Amino acid sequence: MSIKFEINGVSVELDAPDDTPLLWAVRDELNLKGTKFGCGIGLCGACTVHVDGVAQRSCITPLANVAGSNITTIEGLSENDDHPLQQAWVEAQTPQCGYCQSGQIMQAASLLAYNADPSDAEIDSAMNGNLCRCMAYVRIKKAIKLAVTNAAAKQETQNA
Amino acid sequence: MHKIKSPTSPSSTKLSRRGFMIGATSVGVTLAFVPAALLASDPAQALSANKFEPTIWYSIAPSGQITVNVTKAEMGQHIGTAFARIVAEELEADWADVQVNHVDTEAKYGAFVTGGSWSVWQNFDLMSRAGAAGRTALVSEGARLLGVAAGDCSAANSQVVCRGKSISYGDIVRTGNLSRTYTDAQLASLPIKAAKDRKLIGSETQALDIPSKTNGAAIYGIDATFEGMVYAKPIVPPTRYGSWVKSVDDSRAKNVKGYQQTLVLRDPSNTVPGWALVIADSFHAAQRAERLITVEWDAGATARVTERDILNRGAELIEGSSGSLVVEDGEVDATFAAANSVLSQSYTTSTVLHFQLEPVNAIGLQKDGRWELHTGNQWQSLILPTLAEALEVPVEKVVMRTYLLGGGFGRRLNGDYGVPALLAAKALGKPVKVVFSREDDSRFDSPRSASVQKVSMAFDSTEKIIGMQHHATAGWPTSAMVPGFLGTGTNGEKFDPFSINGAQHWYDVGAHRVRAIKNDLANATFRPGWLRSVGPGWTNWALESFVDEVAHSKGIDPVALRIQLLTGRGKNAGHAPNSVGGASRMANVLQRAADKAGWGKDLPDGVGMGIATTFGQERDMPTWSACVAQVAVDKASGKVTLQKLTVVIDAGTIVHPDGALAQTEGAALWGASMALHEGTEFVNGHVKDVNLNSYRPLRMSDVPELDIEFVDSELQSVGLGEPATTVVGPAIGNAVFAASGARVRHLPITAEAVKKARV
Repeated sequence: MSIKFEINGVSVELDAPDDTPLLWAVRDELNLKGTKFGCGIGLCGACTVHVDGVAQRSCITPLANVAGSNITTIEGLSENDDHPLQQAWVEAQTPQCGYCQSGQIMQAASLLAYNADPSDAEIDSAMNGNLCRCMAYVRIKKAIKLAVTNAAAKQETQNA
Repeated sequence: MHKIKSPTSPSSTKLSRRGFMIGATSVGVTLAFVPAALLASDPAQALSANKFEPTIWYSIAPSGQITVNVTKAEMGQHIGTAFARIVAEELEADWADVQVNHVDTEAKYGAFVTGGSWSVWQNFDLMSRAGAAGRTALVSEGARLLGVAAGDCSAANSQVVCRGKSISYGDIVRTGNLSRTYTDAQLASLPIKAAKDRKLIGSETQALDIPSKTNGAAIYGIDATFEGMVYAKPIVPPTRYGSWVKSVDDSRAKNVKGYQQTLVLRDPSNTVPGWALVIADSFHAAQRAERLITVEWDAGATARVTERDILNRGAELIEGSSGSLVVEDGEVDATFAAANSVLSQSYTTSTVLHFQLEPVNAIGLQKDGRWELHTGNQWQSLILPTLAEALEVPVEKVVMRTYLLGGGFGRRLNGDYGVPALLAAKALGKPVKVVFSREDDSRFDSPRSASVQKVSMAFDSTEKIIGMQHHATAGWPTSAMVPGFLGTGTNGEKFDPFSINGAQHWYDVGAHRVRAIKNDLANATFRPGWLRSVGPGWTNWALESFVDEVAHSKGIDPVALRIQLLTGRGKNAGHAPNSVGGASRMANVLQRAADKAGWGKDLPDGVGMGIATTFGQERDMPTWSACVAQVAVDKASGKVTLQKLTVVIDAGTIVHPDGALAQTEGAALWGASMALHEGTEFVNGHVKDVNLNSYRPLRMSDVPELDIEFVDSELQSVGLGEPATTVVGPAIGNAVFAASGARVRHLPITAEAVKKARV
């Protein structure tokens, strides 16, 4: 069956079974490899993408559910890898093996889009579904807070 | 037979029979270690023809770009950055000119293994000398080009500077002749910087591999593709060994779009006996098809084995007298017989999964007359002969292409997952990409074995410790995968050093026996794995819990008792270069951790601190580590909440401080995760917990406050990937006792066990 949606600003049409997980369509049909396969049951978060701006686990999202939607993957998060979270991720030297980090960044971006200044507890609660097996949690949290601080500083500069 | 060399010797011994060569090649100038026999040949000719076997080398392009080649796997430790910093330090390179290249396997590059926290420890001296040789050559050639005496020149920031004149490294490469050879003796006499003059080593930098890990550009094994490839998903048999496929019924799968066939593997290497692969156009099609395929097996002998069976077998072996005497110092039996009192306890640990986030995967294919395996791996040199055996070709006909690893932790030291990819590629005559589902990955993991241990101490009438025994049994990875690494005990019996490391501690205890016993039922049921530290994950749990029990039973402060026993005398005095200072450095980190954590201060009811120490993996490469854990125990439920970990580590010279901190943060949290959140059990020959619905590693909300400190040191660099992993568990167990009076002797620590132990 043919399913149409937009991904990273580009319209695509895929001929695939309805129940194909979005993850495999993104990785193997559209060749966007930044979105990762970890558990296949929506519990590790490595496959997190945005569907109409909201973080979702692409491994348990059937293609049929995203017909007509706008999908963003890590490759489409920013024009020049300069999303405040990506910059903060480098500044905090967050990734170790890096395998979960696309999902972590997409999850955090979804959090900040709805809550520009989350508390520690709100960060924990938003990020708890994203497993980091290297256990780089301290720096994931640090980077989210850095992105918030950097954005505030930038805002202040602009206002001044 | 391909010979695997023991990687336990430090770098300095590896310089023998080697020299160093610099010569022009197509990339500019290559600088490489070569066999001494080659030193008489023309460097340019020898280097461009690849007629050498360098273990470490780098190149400088006419543009000035410096590329450091690295044989180590990148799996989160930023190893390329650390290696390049060591070379660049002595080369006097501008760090902005330096890049890292992770190479594919080739015999000429020497052994490929990344594990044991060995990388920096083994290569620090070699890389320093490689950098120094390059600098010396650049200075002398730069001086010649500038028409001045070399003695008037020095190197800095990729430039040779001579009394106001200067020339860049790139210009020297382009216009000069850098051909040089250095004998082993010349290399050894090159001037190496004093620690106080270092500019890169020990200073902060950003890891070179990080940016591509924030934008989806980093390529892991699972991201690799190859033209014309098909996908394959394993159907894992009921037992690790001895299963045979009787029949396959795929009639219902034939309607699945993209399904091709089910392939039953014939494996001459016997790595994946009883395996079938679902072949399809896509991984998803293979998954869909698998649900409709019925395979019948003749199962192997371990199809009913449970965790309890493995632990019972361990307990039985502990009571017997088999096994290898790894330490047998003094008259142990006589000392115990004559003792005024003896304290003895047993400790156990559950099976633990690696659960590296990227499930294992590999592409097998044939190209240009050779077989290629595209995958992320930690010990290419170990699996290459097995791959060749499976393919029934000479080992020279197999090459492994290198990718980033979505987590290693020891899982990818065992490259068994490469075998089905190559077998299928051979059977089908086309490239095959095998991807394990998470459940397949867990079932086919080489988990950390369950363990059973018994520890005893003998005391004289003044309560002085006069003897100690430590008996440990577990599945042995080394006998399953690389028997050549087995050690020999004082009784002539073999032992797996990785499975008993940690028990040969630095305490003065008088007569001392350490006995290691292979749990044969564990080895028959699964392929035991090396998991972040291996043995110390259980030996240190028993040792450091037991020392705490002794302290409490004798009414001595647990910090004070440890420091009393760490005299640094006799066999515990240490030796150059790896363990200078010996046990006194362990006493130092213990005291420092206790001071930092506020050891002895008043804490609320139900909150307690516990301390533990470890020397990392090996006595020959001690990383002196101490941890104070602070926990709260809910007395009604027994639930343990980890509040804080204070970790102090003396790892000698720290090359990449922020990388060292990242490794230690991760390792400490791994320790906490294995102590409080992980652990599985064997049921019917397989692990029970195969995905995150029931296997639950630590998450962000479980992270305690972390206070980590490295001792400022200029001594030999040792390992950092693992030590903090194994110090945390016993520190938590000891804190649980301090907080609640519950002594737990099994990992993981569960609320039920704490509640029960309080009664």
